[in-house]
Amino acid sequence: MTEGAAKKCPVVLMTRVRLARNLMNHPFPGWAKMPQKKDVLETCLPAVASLRPMKRGITAEIEELSELEKQILVERHLISRELSGSPERAGVVISKDQSVSVMINEEDHLRMQVVKSGYQFKSAWNTVNNLDTALEGGLNYAFSSRLGYLTACPTNVGTGMRASAMMHLPALVISNQMEKVVRAVNQLGIAVRGLFGEGSDASGSIFQISNQTTLGESEEAIIKRLSSVLKTIIDQEINAREKILETDPDKLLDKIGRAYGILQNSHLLSSNECMNLVSLVRFGVDLEMFSEEMRNIVDRLFIECQPGHIQHHAGKSIDTSERDAYRSEYLRKQFENIDKPENSILKVTTGQESMNTESNNEEENEKG
Amino acid sequence: MAKALKCDVCDKNATVHLTQIINNQIHKIDLCESCAEEKGITNPDGYSLADLLVKPEVASEDAAESFESLGECPECGYTQKEFKKTGRLGCEQCYETFRPLLSRALDGMHRGDQHKGKVPEEALERKSYEDRINLLEGDLQKAIANEQYEEAAEYRDEILELKKSLEAEETA
Repeated sequence: MTEGAAKKCPVVLMTRVRLARNLMNHPFPGWAKMPQKKDVLETCLPAVASLRPMKRGITAEIEELSELEKQILVERHLISRELSGSPERAGVVISKDQSVSVMINEEDHLRMQVVKSGYQFKSAWNTVNNLDTALEGGLNYAFSSRLGYLTACPTNVGTGMRASAMMHLPALVISNQMEKVVRAVNQLGIAVRGLFGEGSDASGSIFQISNQTTLGESEEAIIKRLSSVLKTIIDQEINAREKILETDPDKLLDKIGRAYGILQNSHLLSSNECMNLVSLVRFGVDLEMFSEEMRNIVDRLFIECQPGHIQHHAGKSIDTSERDAYRSEYLRKQFENIDKPENSILKVTTGQESMNTESNNEEENEKG
Repeated sequence: MAKALKCDVCDKNATVHLTQIINNQIHKIDLCESCAEEKGITNPDGYSLADLLVKPEVASEDAAESFESLGECPECGYTQKEFKKTGRLGCEQCYETFRPLLSRALDGMHRGDQHKGKVPEEALERKSYEDRINLLEGDLQKAIANEQYEEAAEYRDEILELKKSLEAEETA
């Protein structure tokens, strides 16, 4: 997505589509014996690595990676916690630009995902669909005409597809409306999770919204349904922003101003506190309190403030309290030359109008 | 740290906290471990999708019978006990082995019971070629064993033909 388009849709950080596939006549990874898993790894790893989008990418067996390397891949959403936790005969292939990653011997033999920044479901689906078709040229998938792609867990059977959007919803969180949203969305067969998927909390007001059902609908129908829910959530978030600005602008200015102050001056910052503060600064960027260039910085900081990245940056493994000191030092540097927030906001600049432009934009993108 | 909450039933320290929303009203219950267990609210880590979807069926319907007789998967040796524990299956064949159990579970899980998405056409076509070749190879061996050489030659030619078209497909 171009930077201009990303600017117009500040609520959706990124979209992701992943497919689960298994090889015919091989037990699923969770039940397979080591030689069987080895067989699958040795079949899949070269097949995936030879795909065009994976040229000059990274191919690795998980057992060969250090704990820190695995943690960094998890924090970048390139491998799952599950894969990191059971690395025996498992592998991953990551494209050079890190937008495509394929896990081998996770819950299923193959888990391929495509990540796009901003709101680009159709484009992400097209890319992963092509990747899957190319792989199918050399691999025999477990497939039934009745149940579709057969997966280790029946919750993924059918399309094996999980499409998700990472959404930044600070106003819905501040105005205590997230619970209501989660409830409504769940009833539509759409799941809401935290930044790091199942079981993770929603620090930084970032939520993953994804389809729960995979059987009985085509991939396109699922994406269409998910998109319409997403648009509703975006509308709700925009409304909540307008409401806060109308009724209690001081409270908001105070929150964002304090976040800026802490990020510029603190000496101990946990990753959770950091996420929440950076989230507020991002909200400030949406409100034009900070320059638009800040958006790339804060979006990067969401990942760079995670424990693994902090240790990577420090060049060594360090414990929590040392990490908190190191993290705050890193952030002080990042915010050293950032101008203080512009406090004269009078209207929401991320209003309805620009959202509509975005939805047109998405369609245009897909045509191109 | 906040003061520990007491169990709503027996006054011991509560470790299980449930929040439920009924008619827009938030209801909170705090329970100690033993009372939670007694009430059938087990540790969320041990709770699996399979439990949720399978248990009530067993209790209520004749499914219980077919259930016990499902045994283990002839292909991979997976058992329904294992499925109840993990909520996952052992291999593709398990979908047939545990079909009676699964069709009920799938019903509540998805928006239909028939796949409507992508089909791996290339792989299926290749598979049908491979199946026919395998079949013919069996026939060929039989014909040779029975010294029916004329038939064997026919099988051999057919196999060669199929292999050629399969290769052509793959290079295309």
